[in-house]
Amino acid sequence: MREATAAVRELPSRDWRAIALDYGIYVILLAFVVVMALLSPNFLQTRNLLNIVVQASTVAVIAVGATMVILLAEIDLSVGSVAALAGAVTAGILELGADAVAPGPIWVTLAVLAGLAIGTALGAVNGILTVWGGIPSFIVTLGMLSVARGLTLLYTGGRPIFGLGDAFARIAYGNLGPVPVPIVILVVLYTLAALFLHTTQLGRYIYAAGTNRRAVALAGVNVNQLKVGVYALAGTLAGLGGVLLTSRLDSAQPTAATGWELDVIAAVVLGGTSLYGGRGAVVKTLVGAILLQLISNGLNLLNVQAYWQQITKGGVILAALMLERALRRTRGGRDM
Amino acid sequence: MPDPAIGSPASAGEAPATATPPLLQLDGIVKRFGGVLALDGVSLSVSRGSVMGLVGDNGAGKSTLIKVVSGAHQPDGGTLRFDGAPVRIASPRFAKEIGIETVYQDLALVDTLDAAGNIFLGREIVRFGAGPVRVLNKRRMQRSARELLGRLGLELPSSGTEVGMLSGGQRQSVAISRALYTRPKLVILDEPTSALAVTEARKVLELPRMLAAQGVSVIIISHTLQDVLDVTDRIVVLRKGRKVADLATHETSLEDLVTYIVGSERAKGAGYA
Repeated sequence: MREATAAVRELPSRDWRAIALDYGIYVILLAFVVVMALLSPNFLQTRNLLNIVVQASTVAVIAVGATMVILLAEIDLSVGSVAALAGAVTAGILELGADAVAPGPIWVTLAVLAGLAIGTALGAVNGILTVWGGIPSFIVTLGMLSVARGLTLLYTGGRPIFGLGDAFARIAYGNLGPVPVPIVILVVLYTLAALFLHTTQLGRYIYAAGTNRRAVALAGVNVNQLKVGVYALAGTLAGLGGVLLTSRLDSAQPTAATGWELDVIAAVVLGGTSLYGGRGAVVKTLVGAILLQLISNGLNLLNVQAYWQQITKGGVILAALMLERALRRTRGGRDM
Repeated sequence: MPDPAIGSPASAGEAPATATPPLLQLDGIVKRFGGVLALDGVSLSVSRGSVMGLVGDNGAGKSTLIKVVSGAHQPDGGTLRFDGAPVRIASPRFAKEIGIETVYQDLALVDTLDAAGNIFLGREIVRFGAGPVRVLNKRRMQRSARELLGRLGLELPSSGTEVGMLSGGQRQSVAISRALYTRPKLVILDEPTSALAVTEARKVLELPRMLAAQGVSVIIISHTLQDVLDVTDRIVVLRKGRKVADLATHETSLEDLVTYIVGSERAKGAGYA
């Protein structure tokens, strides 16, 4: 460790900009917490803090997959629609079971697995069209955004699906000891994702292929297969986000998660993952998602009109991107 | 003025009499791109543990010839023999398998990985696991990378430093180490010093001789003729897709090389010779 530090010190490029890129998000998060605590005396109560994380959990779950896609220098705009479809399919299956008796754990498990499977399948289609269809992922997933929303409306007939039962509601409202289940899911998911990205061979290939696709392919790695796999996983996680949302609302809304692609990408970008690929840390995506939720809660607290909230959210993403670009570009003349 | 008796293609084309066949032997290699004849019956041989320079003007066919040997292009005519047997080098991967490694000019490095990460890219050492979950043995890769670079007399950029932050020479070291990891029989260096500062270029130029001493054959392409004269045993000059000279380096001067590269009449006219 010591020699690494010494060498780093020799490089003039390891300056305040790099430090700002690495730790800026934590400083901003802390600043937000302090401001909120001053504005609202109830803010620092454990229950309120847990609530904020629970509210952030749906976007945060989806953002795990989005982080991997963006690390590969790709994008997935379809996650909101895919989440909605997965939630609707899960709710539809629960409804089938609910006619006789309230759906039990096995029925719930099957319904959730079906939702995840739908997400995985649509994610894989995204990947296949991007890789072998040769269509830019931005267009492919924009198409999927529309297709999946249409399928959701078709499946639900445009009406919400209600009455999903207590067993299913426990996913969003249950507790494991003192900890809400969504937070348990977040901790497990982010731990696994961080271990996968930072300690495994495939995780390394995701970073490397996002930086220099050709070099990785020349080294004999099947980059196309890797990309399809990552898209499929992003689809699975979008499905999981949809299931969580459906459980929290205790209903599948055909227009659920509309526009969530923006929230998800915002969480990833606020977390410092580069939209140009190859750089980022998934754990910081969680911080980004929580920060977004804090911003939204703070604006509510200040009684800011919903329209302004939308403007603020978009502005925050653009500001984060511009800041990141400016910090990276000035580092020794070479893009980081 | 070159002495026509020394470096003429006819006298130097014959391989030195040795017991073992040359490592690489090309015979009448032809390559066409549409109507353009990029290689027009090129024959040459590289003996074991020797360093061969390949020089020529832009468009003379150097890169095409290298791509034929490294499996990136398929020749339209002629034969290749490697390690004593005729071969068809169908892909870069096959070339690597039989022991031919190429370090390309643009290096093909992943800027966000460190030196060890690049050296082991695609052949990472795995601690445990199977399928999609194989846990990397980062410590062992660091140690092996350090050993490898040390054996080559190269400085290891400290572990963890991204190669994107390194100097041109250090990047070159990483790319070469990557090629040497598999202990190839033939290493092709394409313009290894073109992007380097003078002191860094000196270091990189020590490599071909060191490799030759270990029995590895080297083909080096360079526009810097003095470098080629300094580190090679033989020099092959290409012009317009043909081999125009095959010279023993110790009998060759810079003027001779320039004359062969540009053609003797033009050399006089341009005041080179």
